[in-house]
Amino acid sequence: MPRGYAGKFLEIDLSKEQIKDITFNESVLQAYLGGRGLATKILWDRLGDSWAKVDPLGPNNMFLALTGPMTAIYPGARICCSGKSPLSNGTVGSTASTEFAAELKMAGYDGVIVTGKANRPVYILVTDEGGEIRSASHLWGKLGEDTIRILNKEVTEELTKRKPNIGLWREPGMIYIGPAGENKVRNAAVMTKICHAAGYGGYGAVMGSKNLKAIVAKGRSKLPEVDAPEAVKLLWKEVHRHLIAENGFRRMGTGYAGYSVGADTSSEPIRNWQEEWHDERRFGGPSFETRYWVKKLWSDFNCTTSCMKLSCIKTGRWKGDITDMPDYELQAYCGTNLGIFDAGDNIHISTVIDNLGHSGINGPNTMGFAAELYQRGILTKKDLGFELKWGDAAAFEKLAWLIAKREGIGDILAEGTFRAATKISKMKGVDVAPYAVHVKGIEIGAHGTRSDADYTHDISYAANVQGGDHTSVAVDGYSELSSAVFTDSAVICNFCFFWVPRALVFDFAKAVTGFPITMESWKKENGPRIVTLQRAFLLLGGPDIAWTPIEDDDNPPRFYEPLPSGPHKGKTTSRDQVKQKRQVYFETLGWDERGVPKKETLEKLGLNDLEPAMKELRK
Amino acid sequence: MWPEASRIRIFMPFPGLEVPHLCAQCDDYPCIKSCPVEALSKDQATSAVLVNREKCISCGKCVTACPGQIPFLHPKDNKATICDLCGGDPECVKVCTEASYNALALVQEKPTVDRKLFAKPPIEVAKDLAVNLFGEKGEKVI
Repeated sequence: MPRGYAGKFLEIDLSKEQIKDITFNESVLQAYLGGRGLATKILWDRLGDSWAKVDPLGPNNMFLALTGPMTAIYPGARICCSGKSPLSNGTVGSTASTEFAAELKMAGYDGVIVTGKANRPVYILVTDEGGEIRSASHLWGKLGEDTIRILNKEVTEELTKRKPNIGLWREPGMIYIGPAGENKVRNAAVMTKICHAAGYGGYGAVMGSKNLKAIVAKGRSKLPEVDAPEAVKLLWKEVHRHLIAENGFRRMGTGYAGYSVGADTSSEPIRNWQEEWHDERRFGGPSFETRYWVKKLWSDFNCTTSCMKLSCIKTGRWKGDITDMPDYELQAYCGTNLGIFDAGDNIHISTVIDNLGHSGINGPNTMGFAAELYQRGILTKKDLGFELKWGDAAAFEKLAWLIAKREGIGDILAEGTFRAATKISKMKGVDVAPYAVHVKGIEIGAHGTRSDADYTHDISYAANVQGGDHTSVAVDGYSELSSAVFTDSAVICNFCFFWVPRALVFDFAKAVTGFPITMESWKKENGPRIVTLQRAFLLLGGPDIAWTPIEDDDNPPRFYEPLPSGPHKGKTTSRDQVKQKRQVYFETLGWDERGVPKKETLEKLGLNDLEPAMKELRK
Repeated sequence: MWPEASRIRIFMPFPGLEVPHLCAQCDDYPCIKSCPVEALSKDQATSAVLVNREKCISCGKCVTACPGQIPFLHPKDNKATICDLCGGDPECVKVCTEASYNALALVQEKPTVDRKLFAKPPIEVAKDLAVNLFGEKGEKVI
């Protein structure tokens, strides 16, 4: 086994209640590393032949929670969740920062691969002794904070019983779902640490479809050995030196961006993206920091950056709410996009969303969509059971509950924005697709393209194999930001990566694994291989929808409306640019003019077994 | 890296409530008194507790004797593990300074009964911290 890896993966068939350890060839690990990359490989090998028939919410789908060789060794440990996405019918490498990733490796596992479906609610416990399936009947229906509280106590007590005299057991790490995941809300998140989420992809729903409430890990062993220990020590210090120097980001995280992305770059979703500019100074960072931040440098395992800030509301109508800053994405999606410009209301909605296990970006995207339909009189008080006015936090809280429990209109909205739009169009006889802000079923992150002043542009989402995912956008010419394919496969945090010279990170990867990893190889071969596999999955799609090349490789209609306000008023995304850059992107990756991978590309990347399926699509 | 073998362990009974857990050097050393094989002793220079790993029989009595249940048995060989202050030149302080966090500093302190106040189980510390950070809600999270 190469270095950086614990050495084995835990595979659990929940239908047959079978548990075994598995390994992968060194060549597979070298090509895909872990996380997002390895997930695409595992999914292709296991489900590739029948991809279009696999129901993402059926027992044949797989749920993968994978680390990477750099996880917990490089600053900022994350877990990468994947499987067939119930939103895009493709795959997403969806990551969240958590001690769970470190605990898993310390228990001797690089990842957990879950197949089948349990016949009752269960959770998986992973320890140095292996994996076990335990009843989660008492946890089903529980909110995030209760799930954490109960599992921490229960697992610690159980482990103490097993080894009573070794001293106190430190709490385990865990990923879990809330009621939204349990009820298979298509864009539900895999949650961890009360407010951290693997949000994109809908893997909370995949866990829910398997009756899997949580995976809990506790390891007492060392983190895996690295290939060049002295080099890693030096590199760690160097990386740390760069990260600790980011004073501004360390102090504010993204918690000041709820104002600035609107005011400065005009790219913040406001009232379901009807606008992208605001100048609401009361929604600025200091309003959050001064009144609500109770811990200003909050890190996850081995993180220098500490960009998280713990928020708590101690007084007034939302007393008792606990969440992070919220970060920019949730300031936007649980704030401005719902017409909310009050820090306390924003924290409240974020807390509700976290506790219910919605994805804080994708879930409230659907809620904003519903509110616009209410604004336009398409959805009415009769449909909803209450008025849904912009800025009314109590109403949005009600809606979040309805969706999580799939009650009333919530059952339709629980299908995610794209599928809900299709259903509502049918139900109301009005085409509501123009108000649905998603790409290939995945609701778009809180960075618009119309002002062209943010890091997201024309094809960022349109050509992205992960749809609306703002953490890993498509870039023409396969340039800088696509490095997310690498970070999601090495499974490290982007916020411990952006400010570090690339050469240093790749040297780090090499020193950990001993693989000849270079930035060039990831740009030219490893990255494109993973992205090409993900593209193939999207094109195969199914069972409810397969995306149409070009037509679906586009931005939502709203992104072509002119911005109605602010310094960039009148600007919009250029269709010509999209058309042109999309072709450049396809060409760079060796795909044909419809974005179907070419035969020679598959050969070059060692993906020959995709050829029969892709040949069909080229017709 | 081996967090479970570190003489300073960080507990987290609830997200946001991280509790560093390490020997507080009680003035009456209940752990030393509890050891049936005299494996534990006091470092006269630093007041830290020293473990003679060859003598230790992994009975766990020092864990229960400690008012904070601070000692633990090393995951590799089950020997009692307690912060020894690195002989007076603690590595934790050095690395914290080198890393520019500057959260830890070396101080000189005379022997005092007050030290024992810090020997608390992490869950008890977390309960207080929870209220400090979360107000009334803090009563409910642990």
